[in-house]
Amino acid sequence: MLKETDVAENSSQKLSIVDRIWSGLASIKLAVIVFALISLTSIVGTLLEQKGDPEKNLKVVAKFVGTSAAPKAFALLDGLGFTDMYHAWWFIGLLYLFAANIIVCSLERLPNVWKLVRQPIQALSQDRIATMPFRREIMVKGNGDETIAAVESALRKEGFRAVRAESDGVVQFFAEQGRYSRLGVYMTHLSIIIIFVGAIVGMKYGFNAHLNLLEGTTSAVAYFGEGKEIPLGFELRCDDFNVDFYNKSDTPKSFKSRLTVLENGQPVLINGKETHEIEVNRPLRYKGVTFYQSSYGFAPNRDSLFKFLMTGKNGKNEASSLKFGESFTIPGTSVMGTVADFSPAIAVDESNRLFTYAESMNNPAVFVEFSEQGKLKYRQWILKRVPETWVLPDGTVEFQDLWGAQYTGLQVRKDPGVGIVYAGCFIMALGLYIAFFMSHARIWIILRGERGNARLIITGSSSKNRIAFEGKIERLAQALSAKDSA
Amino acid sequence: MDSSLFFGLSSIAYILAMICYIAYLVFRTQTIGLIATIITVFGFVSHTLAFSLRWKEFADIGGMGFMRAVPLTNLYESLIFFVWCIILGYLIIEWKYKNRSFGAFITPIAGMIMAFIDVSGISKDIHPLIPALQSNWLLAHVTMSFLAYAGFAISFATAIMYLALSADEKQRASWPYLFWTISFGLFSAILIAMAFDFISFKIIGRGAESFIKNYLFKASFRNASGVIVALSYAALAAFVFLVWRFGYVVKRAISAFSLDADTLDELTYKCIAIGFPVFTLGGLIFGAIWADQAWGRYWSWDPKETWSLITWFVYAFFLHARHMRGWRGDKIAAVAVIGFISTIFTYLGVNLLLSGLHSYGGL
Repeated sequence: MLKETDVAENSSQKLSIVDRIWSGLASIKLAVIVFALISLTSIVGTLLEQKGDPEKNLKVVAKFVGTSAAPKAFALLDGLGFTDMYHAWWFIGLLYLFAANIIVCSLERLPNVWKLVRQPIQALSQDRIATMPFRREIMVKGNGDETIAAVESALRKEGFRAVRAESDGVVQFFAEQGRYSRLGVYMTHLSIIIIFVGAIVGMKYGFNAHLNLLEGTTSAVAYFGEGKEIPLGFELRCDDFNVDFYNKSDTPKSFKSRLTVLENGQPVLINGKETHEIEVNRPLRYKGVTFYQSSYGFAPNRDSLFKFLMTGKNGKNEASSLKFGESFTIPGTSVMGTVADFSPAIAVDESNRLFTYAESMNNPAVFVEFSEQGKLKYRQWILKRVPETWVLPDGTVEFQDLWGAQYTGLQVRKDPGVGIVYAGCFIMALGLYIAFFMSHARIWIILRGERGNARLIITGSSSKNRIAFEGKIERLAQALSAKDSA
Repeated sequence: MDSSLFFGLSSIAYILAMICYIAYLVFRTQTIGLIATIITVFGFVSHTLAFSLRWKEFADIGGMGFMRAVPLTNLYESLIFFVWCIILGYLIIEWKYKNRSFGAFITPIAGMIMAFIDVSGISKDIHPLIPALQSNWLLAHVTMSFLAYAGFAISFATAIMYLALSADEKQRASWPYLFWTISFGLFSAILIAMAFDFISFKIIGRGAESFIKNYLFKASFRNASGVIVALSYAALAAFVFLVWRFGYVVKRAISAFSLDADTLDELTYKCIAIGFPVFTLGGLIFGAIWADQAWGRYWSWDPKETWSLITWFVYAFFLHARHMRGWRGDKIAAVAVIGFISTIFTYLGVNLLLSGLHSYGGL
């Protein structure tokens, strides 16, 4: 006997610890503290550049605490992880606490709401009718099937399918709408948890890396952090990279990379195609790895090829690729062209001198010397973006590209959690729609016969948007009174 | 037909409407009220036309397909659209609540922003879209964000009005009175400081592009001269003090709007109840999907994203406080005011003061 009570006491004590944690997690106070802590620390995180240049961040800190105190304050913030705070253990901890808070709060309230949702509307008792906060009473002529039909049709017009119950000569109609809308809030809460799960899956089983790929080169790995390699499981080749500009401006219109996926050295067909053009907002996906166009750069070298399309006077076309210093011939002539100079972005200054204005291929130009039988005939700058400069006395020479000189900067991502996140987003949208734009509305109409006429009490309640709902009841009352006068 | 002509017409209309709405408050003549509404509607139609024309001009210049050419790619265009959303919201409220008094509050803001855009002259340049903005998500993400911002802006106005109406001016030390006078005082003072920036900028006549980024508060709080900085802060303190001391004047003006406190409370809630889901879907969810497609990260703690999340938290708190704790009146109005301060920072502060991926920063 004694032992039994001991056990009971023991378990009740254990329960009380769990209980205490539970009620702590369920408290609104915790929710407010977590909201506030996430927000306030995030503000610091937006002021300091994350994983940024310490010098720059030091200047930011100095603006708040003064130059003399800045180094110490910065060292403190850095030590607390504020320079990479969204990955700091305490911030992740706050997010977990936020998730736990949502889960516990929802579970606390869900059983009651669930009961409400599972239970269809029932007739009101006499006491409840008297205490309903909003009611309208009207008198209607006649007290027969006709009146009953009128009430039912008026309710149907407002979108309610009524149930009728009769007892002691009193007829009661009751109807409801949007019973399940009470779950909208919990759907929204659930969606936040689903998005969290998706993010965790992504962090655990995915990676986020980058890869700079020179035109014509192939890589089997991507890089993250300070040069750490991640094997892709296949090879990726960059066939070409190009920037298009708006008309004659230097505003880029698109960055395009042509990519080929290789397995065992052989090109793989994706969607029936060997090479794929990607640009910003249009990535390439293969075996769960996605390649995003993110940057580009210029790195000319000895192997870079100048690509020309020559057209002779006879109209014959000929393409040619050559290295710096090599020569080509204009079709139908014996005129030889040799690349003597190159500029990635050529421009003319006020005194008509040429100069290079950018370190990327904004306006590439080649200087070609043309000679016939070893004797220099003429020389000319040929600009890729200016067709007028392609015209020569012996034909046209279009400068198409300097190939193998640009690299494409790719963001390489594998994220098996992204589908879960999208599903969470979809549920959130649905949950918010239900929570904000739908409501659980209940209407009761009590019909009592009085000397050949009927007294109607119209009452009801709505989970939200009380004013609109009361308007609805008003409309019902008016429709039924109008019936009476007609 | 030029979009700027219609933008000009709508600015004039909003300013005329403002005069009519104020006259309506003074004289209470139905005819004046009707004229005010007609002028506002005219301004709104002209505004809509201007927006569509600019859209078309943009599509023609960029050559990138109509649905992608929504002219919402820099701060000025976004301000124009913000005004459009506010006026739309106001017209809906006027129609639903059959109350014109609110117009005297909304049309001046609209007129001032439009005039500012027009005079600064930058809006006429159309910049073609950089590759990252060439997405079908631009339209949904940006328009919905601004509709939500406009909803929050109106909730801010109604919340301040609520506090001014309900707070007892005889108890100047009570928190609701302190809260509304200080926040309203600071808000107005910042607008005035920006007007000073604008005037001094006009006098110096520098390149228009550098205006917002480099000139903000240069004529006052960020001036090179320490004396002017000190004077500016002193003026700020004096201004806030004046609002605090003579808050009852504002209260009387608002009482003249014949809006009762309950309607204002209800309006504050309504605007947030519409703004919050629209903001969540358009701002956060669509933004995340777009970021996922453009950069391969649906969430990267970029300052704009982080501030959106903070704003979202504040309004989530507003909704929970109201529904779960039954907060009404002063407390809930204060939360709405804080929410809008956070919204303003998300919209403007992040671009002007912080750096990040969002393009409005690069004016």
